[in-house]
Amino acid sequence: MTSNVKMVEAPEGHEGAGFFATSLDKVVGMARANSLWPLPFATSCCGIEFMASMASHYDFARFGSERPSFSPRQADLLMVMGTIAKKMAPIVKQVYLQMAEPRWVIAMGACASSGGIFDTYSVLQGIDRIIPVDVYIPGCPPRPEQVIDGLMAIQDMARNESTRRRNTDEYQLLLNSYGIQ
Amino acid sequence: MTNQEVAQELVRQFGDYVTDLDEPYGLLTFTTTREQIIPMLQYLKDHKTYKVSFLTDLTGVHYPDNAGQEFCVVYHVHSLVNNFRIRIKVFVAEADIHVPSATILYSSANWMERETFDFYGILFDGHPNLTRILNMEEMDYFPMRKQYPLEDGTREDKIDALFGR
Repeated sequence: MTSNVKMVEAPEGHEGAGFFATSLDKVVGMARANSLWPLPFATSCCGIEFMASMASHYDFARFGSERPSFSPRQADLLMVMGTIAKKMAPIVKQVYLQMAEPRWVIAMGACASSGGIFDTYSVLQGIDRIIPVDVYIPGCPPRPEQVIDGLMAIQDMARNESTRRRNTDEYQLLLNSYGIQ
Repeated sequence: MTNQEVAQELVRQFGDYVTDLDEPYGLLTFTTTREQIIPMLQYLKDHKTYKVSFLTDLTGVHYPDNAGQEFCVVYHVHSLVNNFRIRIKVFVAEADIHVPSATILYSSANWMERETFDFYGILFDGHPNLTRILNMEEMDYFPMRKQYPLEDGTREDKIDALFGR
């Protein structure tokens, strides 16, 4: 039977009649990477570009992100898109804290990554000052192709991450450096 | 309703309290004192024909070199019936930075005065809730005063000569 539907390839493993053996990390990684639920935290023009990425033309859902989650409780991926004013910073942090592990963060666009052109007293100079960031997408705003590239980078991290990475001392130290936990 | 006519009427009513009469870009502009600003807004609002009953804008200006008159509060009022606008300025000293609140006349002055307080530290006497409105509550200065830098002070990657830090 031929089909145009592209399936995710099974991870490496040992196969025989009636059995398939692989490591748990790889199975969990595959499942996580292909079912990331993003929480769009859109505050400005990058959010508009995200809408294009999400809609039918660029179709973000092809990568398993079928459901943008507007509740942090069910989200895996926080996408911060747009200028974050200092007054907004505690809200971004609260949303991050409400997400369950494993969680990833994308800073989309110049403003979320570094404050962008808004080098001013009222704007947070990059969200990595309040929460850890996994992927930065450059651009002002980035094109949907770049957003998809950023999402694929997160998929790559999710796929290859040890299931125990988030219990490591290194990870705890990172969170502690942000005053989390 | 012309600038000339309204200016004469105001001078007749308030005399020497109307100073620096001017009309830049055709907008009737003058200065008054903080004691007279509320009676003046009231008079314009209650006037039978002028009916200047809309407060378009209320904001502050900082003139650090203007000794004794460092701060200015600017009122823009509009007569919707006559489509006529007036700009009134009130100067105050930094040492005594009090202006009576216009909230008794215009409810819309509430947030505009909070904003002016937030950015310039101008105290509006009689305001029901004079707290910060746009900036973080923890902010301990008034950012639009000219002695404070516009840029974020915590940036470390912009210290070279190219950025003028």
